Amino acid sequence: MSPKEPGEFTEVTSGTEPDVTDRSPENTLPADPEQLQPEVVGVQRGMFGVRDSGDTSGYGGLVRPIAMPGGTARPYGGWFDEVADALEAALGGAGVMHAVEKVVVHRNELTFFIRREELREVAQLLRDDPRLRFEFCSGVSGVHYPDDAGRELHAVYHLLSMTHNRRIRLEVTCPDAEPHIPSVVSVYPTNDWHERETYDFFGIIFDGHPSLTRIEMPDDWPGHPQRKDYPLGGIPVEYKGASIPPPDTRRVYH
Amino acid sequence: MSTAYDPYAREAETSSGRVFTVTGQDWDSVVSGIAEEGDDRVVVNMGPQHPSTHGVLRLILELEGETVTEARCGIGYLHTGIEKNMEFRSWVQGVTFCTRMDYLAPFYNEATYCFGVERLLDIEDDIPEKARVMRVLLMEINRISSHLVAIATGGMEIGALTVMTIGFREREMCLDLFELITGLRMNHAFIRPGGVAQDMPPGALDQIRDFIALMKKRLPEYAALCNANPIFKGRLQGVGHLDLAGCLALGMTGPVLRSTGYPWDLRKTQPYSGYEEYDFEVQTWDTADSYGRFRIRLNEMWESLKIIEQAADRLAGLEGAPVMIGDKKIAWPSQLAIGSDGMGNSLDHIRHIMGESMEALIHHFKLVTEGFRVPAGQAYVPIESPRGELGAHVVSDGGTRPFRAHFRDPSFTNLQATSVMSEGGMVADVIVAIASIDPVMGGVDR
Repeated sequence: MSPKEPGEFTEVTSGTEPDVTDRSPENTLPADPEQLQPEVVGVQRGMFGVRDSGDTSGYGGLVRPIAMPGGTARPYGGWFDEVADALEAALGGAGVMHAVEKVVVHRNELTFFIRREELREVAQLLRDDPRLRFEFCSGVSGVHYPDDAGRELHAVYHLLSMTHNRRIRLEVTCPDAEPHIPSVVSVYPTNDWHERETYDFFGIIFDGHPSLTRIEMPDDWPGHPQRKDYPLGGIPVEYKGASIPPPDTRRVYH
Repeated sequence: MSTAYDPYAREAETSSGRVFTVTGQDWDSVVSGIAEEGDDRVVVNMGPQHPSTHGVLRLILELEGETVTEARCGIGYLHTGIEKNMEFRSWVQGVTFCTRMDYLAPFYNEATYCFGVERLLDIEDDIPEKARVMRVLLMEINRISSHLVAIATGGMEIGALTVMTIGFREREMCLDLFELITGLRMNHAFIRPGGVAQDMPPGALDQIRDFIALMKKRLPEYAALCNANPIFKGRLQGVGHLDLAGCLALGMTGPVLRSTGYPWDLRKTQPYSGYEEYDFEVQTWDTADSYGRFRIRLNEMWESLKIIEQAADRLAGLEGAPVMIGDKKIAWPSQLAIGSDGMGNSLDHIRHIMGESMEALIHHFKLVTEGFRVPAGQAYVPIESPRGELGAHVVSDGGTRPFRAHFRDPSFTNLQATSVMSEGGMVADVIVAIASIDPVMGGVDR
C-alpha cells in the first residue's frame, strides 16, 4: 500500500484493509515513506568488468542500479507484527522510540534496521523483554557496500528466540569515515570473537568491546581483507600453454 | 638448560621471565629450570602444531603448578579467505569453496549455503523430493562420520588408542559411501543450488543397507568399550562443565548445549529439507560435562542410522525421479555420466547442443560461464551440523556472484568456551574439554 497524506486518514475500512488505526503515526513505524523505497547501494555500469578501454561489447552504456529490498509497511504478516509491536512497546518504555530506522520483510525473514547509537539498548530489550526473549545471538557478519554513501559498512546480527522459536535480523550501518558501532558483548558475550572477526575483516570498531584485536589475520596485518576495496590477489596460472588470469581480473558478468 | 636447538624459538630471557623451548624428551630441563626460578607460575604455549589441539589451534595456558588459571585460544592459523574467494566465483562455484571449510562435515557447509541461495531465488518449495531426501541421507551419513572422528580423536587424546582405531575404521566406510555417491571422499561440492549434482549410482542403496547393518553391530562396541569404563569415566565426568545459562550466553549449540538437558536441535525445532517427515529423537544428557557430550554423540549416531534407513527406503521408491530443479535457468544443463574413458560427460547433451539446437548451445554457454542471477537481498538459513548451528549469511546484489557469504560456524563460536570450561581445572583436562567441544579448525578459521 502506498503511504498517504495525513489528511487522508479519515476513512474506516472493514476487515482486512488497513484502517485509520493502522495508519496512525505510532503504528506506521517507520513513519518515513522514504524508508519504503528500495535501498540503492550502488550502480553497475557496463558488462564484463571492462574499464579504461574502448567498448567493443556494445554493453558499455548499460547502467543498472543495485537496489536492496526496501522497507516494508505494516502489516508484516504472521508473528512479525507481534515482535514489532512488542519491540515498539519496549522501546517506548525505555525512551528510545526512534531506534528502529526501518523494517524490511524479504523472503519471509524479518530485518530491523537499528540506529547505531541505540544498538546496545535495543539488544538488551530484545534479550530481556518476556515478549521478545531473543536470548541467543548467532554472531555478527559484516557487509561492505562501498557505494552506499554514508552507510558503507553494515553489521548484521542474527538473533534467535528459543523461547518463541523465532528468528530476526538486526542491521546496523556506519560510514567508512567513522566506522564505530557499539559493542553488544555485554549483552551477548558470544559476540566477543564475532566482533573481533568483523573488526579484523572490515575495520568496524566496536566501541566497548573488552579487547578488540585481530583474530584471524596476524596482528600486524595491513588493511581489512574482506572490504570491497581490498584486492583478492593472485597470479596468472599457466596450463597447457594458455595463461589463466587470477580470479579478480577475469571477465565478470554484472 | 639443554634443550634441542631450534633456530625459530630459542631460549631467552624476557621482561616477563625466562622462555623455554620444549621439543619433546626434555621436560626435566624445564622442571629444573623452573625450580631455579622459584616461581610456580608458568605460561605454556601449546600448539599450534600440537597433536592434541585438533588441528592448528594454539592454546596459551597460564599454570600454577598443574592448575590452569587462565586459558586463551589463538586462532587464525588455517585462515584461507574462503569467504572472500566466494565473492569472485559464480553462485554454483561457491559450493566448491565452502565445502572445504569444516572439512569433517562438508555436506553441511554446502547445504546451508544452498538453502540460503535457494531462499533468495525463491525456489525453496520447488526442490525435487529426491534431492531433498538425498541431502538428508548424505548429511546424516556425514553426521555419523563426523561424530566418529570426534569420539576417535577425543579417545586418542586421553590415551584410548583403540577408540581411535575403531573410530577411523568405521569412518572409512562412511567415506566409501560418499565416494560411491558423489565421486569424492571429501570436498564433494555435491549439493548445489536447486538440488544435487548427480542421481544415486546403481547399487548405492544396497551398500547403504549393508552399512546400516554393519554399524548396528559396531556401534555397541563403542558403548561396551567406553560407557562404563572407569578410566574413561574418570577422565571425562565432571570435566569441561558448562551449564545452560553459560551455553546461551556464549552462543553454544549442538552436543554441548544438549548435554545440559535442553533438547534444542534445529532438525526438530526449525525443520529444513523435510526433516519433519522423519522419525527420530533429539538426544540429551543432564550432566553438562564431557562425558555427557560423548554419550550424546554416540546416541545421535543411532538416531542418524534411523534417518538413513528411512531415507534409503524413500529413495528406493524414487527411482528415476529428478534430483535437480526443473527450472532450466538454474539447473545444470545436463546430467553427466561417467563414460568409457572414465571422464564425466553426456554424449546425448553434446549431440543436442552441437548438432541440433543453436539456442541450447547458447543457453549452455551462458549458464556455465556466466551463471544465473540471484535477486538482491540477504538470507540466513541455519542448519544443525554435528557441532551445532551452522548458517550462511548470503547477500546478493542481483548479480551472478555472491556479494558476500559469511558462515557462522559452530566450531568458531563454541571454541570461545575453552576458557570457562578449563580455567580452575587441571592442565590435562584442557584437552578433554576441547575434545568435547569438537572444534574443526577449517571451520573456525575459514
